[in-house]
Amino acid sequence: MTDTNKKGASARPVFDDDAPASAWTRWRDTEIWHSYSRSPVIVTASVVFVMLVLGALLAPLISPYTPFDPGSLNLMNGFTKPLSANEFTSDFFLLGADDQGRDIFSTILLGLRISLFVGISAVLFAMTLGVVLGLVSGYVGGWLDAVIMRIADIQMTFPSIMIAMLLYGIGKGLTPPDLRDEMAIWVLIFSIGLSEWVQFARTVRGATMVERKKEYVQACDLIGLSRWRIMFKHILPNVTGTVLVIATISLALAIIAEATLSFLGVGAPKTEPSLGTLINVGRQFILSGEWWILLFPSLTLLALALSVNLFGDWLRDALNPKLR
Amino acid sequence: MRKKIVAAAAAGILSVSMAGAASAETLRWARAGDSLTFDPHAQNEVPTHTLAHQMYEPLLLRDMAGKIIPALATDWYATDNGNVWEFKLRKGVKFHGGEDFTADDAVFSLKRAMMPTSDMKELLSSVKEVRKVDDHTLHIETKGPNPLMPNNLTNLFIMDSEWAVENRCAAPQDIANGGDNPCARTTNGTGPFKLVSRVQDQKTVLKRNDAYWGIGIFPMQVTELIYTPIQESATRVSAFLSGEVDFIQDLPVQDLARIAKTDGLDVITAAENRTIFFGLNVGDADLTTDTVQGKNPFADVRVRQAMNMALNREAIKKIVMRNQSLLTGVVMPPFVNGWTKELDAYPAWDIRKAKALMSDAGYGDGFGITLDCPNDRYINDEAVCLAAVGMFAQIGIKVTLDAKPKAQHFPLIKTQKTDFYLLGWGVPTFDSGYIFNFLVHTTTDKMGSWNNTRYTNPELDKKIVGLASETNLTKRNKAIAEIWNTVQGETLYLPIHNQILNWGVTSKIDFQVQPEDIPHIKFLVFK
Amino acid sequence: MLAFIIRRIGQALVVLLAVGFVSFSMFKFMGDPLENLLGQEATMSDRAELAERLGLNDPIVVQYTRYLTRVLDGNLGISYRAGLPVGKIILERLPATLELAFLSGVLAIGVGITFGIYTAIHRDGIITNAIMTISLIGVSLPTFLIGVFLIWAFAVNLDWLPAFGRGPTGNFLGMELAIVTWGGFKSMILPAVTLGLYQMTLIMRLVRSEMQEVLRADFIRFARARGLSERAINFRHALKNTLVPVITVTGLQLGSIIAFAIITETVFQWPGVGLLFINAISFVDIPVMSAYLLLVGTIFVFINLIVDLLYFGIDPRLGPTGGEGRHRA
Repeated sequence: MTDTNKKGASARPVFDDDAPASAWTRWRDTEIWHSYSRSPVIVTASVVFVMLVLGALLAPLISPYTPFDPGSLNLMNGFTKPLSANEFTSDFFLLGADDQGRDIFSTILLGLRISLFVGISAVLFAMTLGVVLGLVSGYVGGWLDAVIMRIADIQMTFPSIMIAMLLYGIGKGLTPPDLRDEMAIWVLIFSIGLSEWVQFARTVRGATMVERKKEYVQACDLIGLSRWRIMFKHILPNVTGTVLVIATISLALAIIAEATLSFLGVGAPKTEPSLGTLINVGRQFILSGEWWILLFPSLTLLALALSVNLFGDWLRDALNPKLR
Repeated sequence: MRKKIVAAAAAGILSVSMAGAASAETLRWARAGDSLTFDPHAQNEVPTHTLAHQMYEPLLLRDMAGKIIPALATDWYATDNGNVWEFKLRKGVKFHGGEDFTADDAVFSLKRAMMPTSDMKELLSSVKEVRKVDDHTLHIETKGPNPLMPNNLTNLFIMDSEWAVENRCAAPQDIANGGDNPCARTTNGTGPFKLVSRVQDQKTVLKRNDAYWGIGIFPMQVTELIYTPIQESATRVSAFLSGEVDFIQDLPVQDLARIAKTDGLDVITAAENRTIFFGLNVGDADLTTDTVQGKNPFADVRVRQAMNMALNREAIKKIVMRNQSLLTGVVMPPFVNGWTKELDAYPAWDIRKAKALMSDAGYGDGFGITLDCPNDRYINDEAVCLAAVGMFAQIGIKVTLDAKPKAQHFPLIKTQKTDFYLLGWGVPTFDSGYIFNFLVHTTTDKMGSWNNTRYTNPELDKKIVGLASETNLTKRNKAIAEIWNTVQGETLYLPIHNQILNWGVTSKIDFQVQPEDIPHIKFLVFK
Repeated sequence: MLAFIIRRIGQALVVLLAVGFVSFSMFKFMGDPLENLLGQEATMSDRAELAERLGLNDPIVVQYTRYLTRVLDGNLGISYRAGLPVGKIILERLPATLELAFLSGVLAIGVGITFGIYTAIHRDGIITNAIMTISLIGVSLPTFLIGVFLIWAFAVNLDWLPAFGRGPTGNFLGMELAIVTWGGFKSMILPAVTLGLYQMTLIMRLVRSEMQEVLRADFIRFARARGLSERAINFRHALKNTLVPVITVTGLQLGSIIAFAIITETVFQWPGVGLLFINAISFVDIPVMSAYLLLVGTIFVFINLIVDLLYFGIDPRLGPTGGEGRHRA
């Protein structure tokens, strides 16, 4: 989490030339750090988030089983209860096994990896696209601005879930069948990402239009700096805070969008389930008594999205000078 | 005076029992899908037929046990001319609108079902002519002798000819071309229930036809019938558990135990006329979805045998199907003419032997292949495929699973764009010939339209075609056995199981599961 | 003024055209309607003949032009699945979605504004923190899961509310609505809560942050200095200034409520246009799918247009840039 905080802080030019040690001391004096350390909720949220990310990163090392290797599965392990051994195979399962005999604990860790990867990549993609288009739109203006904003309008016309479904359908249709499983994840990233860029573009465009009129930009213009240089070196740093807030909220949205797409049948492949796919599998067993297949993945998703949302919330307030 | 009292008492008793019979017994009924149209010949699909059966009637009916019983025909037999079947029609039957049922209506309806826009025409493809002999006698002449003609009639509904013409539905609704006709929304049949109101995908209300000819023959206890489709299985089961519906179909296997345990709710069960199996492209020289270059691993019978052995059917039955299936080694439910215990036997699960077969065939290192699977058609279809992926992985076959809705899955089979697929096959005629025509005969314009194996065997094709006109049943059955022996010897398909149907009813209902999954509510009894 | 309105409407039309083409051409990839139409006994020649009759073999552009021409004639085509005119089906289904969207909108606005005001006035109280955290849980779970959970809790275990469907309907202003009957209203509660939860959180947070900003503004300080009561300050001055952005966002959210109804309607078997759309996808019913997209597109474009014009009305300076400054929380 500290990592992200530093990034947030680097938006402030003050720190740019400082040596690391003194940066840390000065960082501890900032209002952001105060606001952070004084809120137990947000500290807890970041600890939970870091633990989840670590769990996902170290999944291959921690997980006791290899649920993504179909050859290693034994169907007879299906529906083993949590904290118990299967009556036929004597395999032990911490959080139980699902309908295919996969260890829920291992599958959650590996699924979390996929959900995080999809979510983060989708947001990075949306952010890059949105920031670039927003900058260009706001700074260059004219017909380019009009075209970009009308495309954004069209995009806003369709709800993100619908766009993702459409793109997923096309992407799937265009990929050769033997590459589909590998491509599925990328198509998912692309479609969720593409449905989120407008937020970034609109915000960055608005901020750019405001910045463009400021004296320092006009000064840059006068001394003959190139447009791109002005846009990326001078305007962009000033919108980083806002972009970061949107990115955090978009991350939570992207993770949930992935789960929703699984519900509509267009998520990650069932042989390598993400959290959303797992939840959708578990949903079938809500009435039949195998509660662990639904409960544990849902709690993990909740913990992930909630910690990201809480963090985003706090970040927005912390970066909003009007609220300080 | 005394007499009067007795009479009054008797009248009282009588009126009480009359009230009992006539008291409003409402049945609230839910299943996953709705009827697509009320035009009785426009869609050949089970939920559509199910609702139609409550309002319309065929000449012959498959009852709740799957046995053919008289409906609008009381008697039927092949005449001395082997090509002509004679049907004696029921007398004194009236349509809901009050019109008399005669042979004209039967001729009209069967001819209507043979029109190009009808979805039922393949069932009557052997028919040359339908003739009225007198008001209550009908002749159906086939192009050659067709010993199984009556089997094809059980879902062919009879409508009133004048009413249909008046309502501009002399021809079936042309669904394919976006056609519409009033018969898609209104009905005029002879059946046990009349239509009251309908909103598609939401609610259909029927009420008892008090002029039905079968009153006194069938229980006919339901006076009002409310049908609601509920797609989401969890929502459907919830509605049943919370007492919002009295009768549900398409019960997920995982919820059977809970329903059976719940006070006031029962699960009723019967084997379904449907086999679930994997199909393989055995005919092409090379496959597009595999990782082997220049040859087709499925063309080697040893690979097919190895896969057949690698399938741990018992585990699928126990875990995925929760024991709600009947394992099988042949693509044929036990109801079907031609079924034997020997054919039904499946190879024991034996990974070692399967691996040996794989290396004999030169695929010791395995290969990769894509499996196409529906996810909204059969009971736990996707879970079955997923389980099979793990099982095939154990003999080195790396399967990529591609699961999708039936509307996208079936075209792959019909257009031969899949090399490895899951399919389920029901046999409405209850005869092996139907299976051979669709699944075994070489794919041609008229035959083998669901045979995606690309398997072709001219000698076998000749035998299959010969079945249609073989009137000597002993000879015919012998030919059926021979065809099955070839099919099984080739391991053309990898059968998994026959499905078991489960319906949920409240404890006050006494009902039986119909093997085609078509309940006839007129048989339903309240305890 | 007039030029601005005309330009805006022109742009909206271009957007709609693009929407129509995108939806139509994209769905070409989603499957084959033939299989469902033909049933299991059809042969190859049946297939070819039907494809020809439906014009499915023509180039996409030709098919789209044909579709557009028909749409402009007011004919949205015939559903492959139901065999009925699509316009009629959608009109039949629309009231169900609209009333659901209405109730969840009312819920979202009512509860959202109330909680927003409360949490803005009482910063950092226990109740405020509880409201903020619980509302975050609501947006941290996928809608379908919340719906399934509500059914499990309130229909199956507690047996208080119906698990599915629309219940009885009554006639109101010529429309068949469930909200006017008690049974119908009861069956609306769970889906409306599921659908409105997300928007409720958005509105609540927006009201809270807008109000907090306004409460720090100079004129409020003056008001306080003048000795006005807290109540008067909060409600007469602060809230009033908060409402403009809230109304805008709410307007935009109404569109997304209708769109997100897809998921809620699927979970609750609510017979609206969202469920119609989902059914159409699994049946590859192209006429219904494109009509639905066109409908949602039209509603969004219409709302956008109204919001833009409203902005123009409120503050003419914003006109030429088309209200770009508006929020989208």
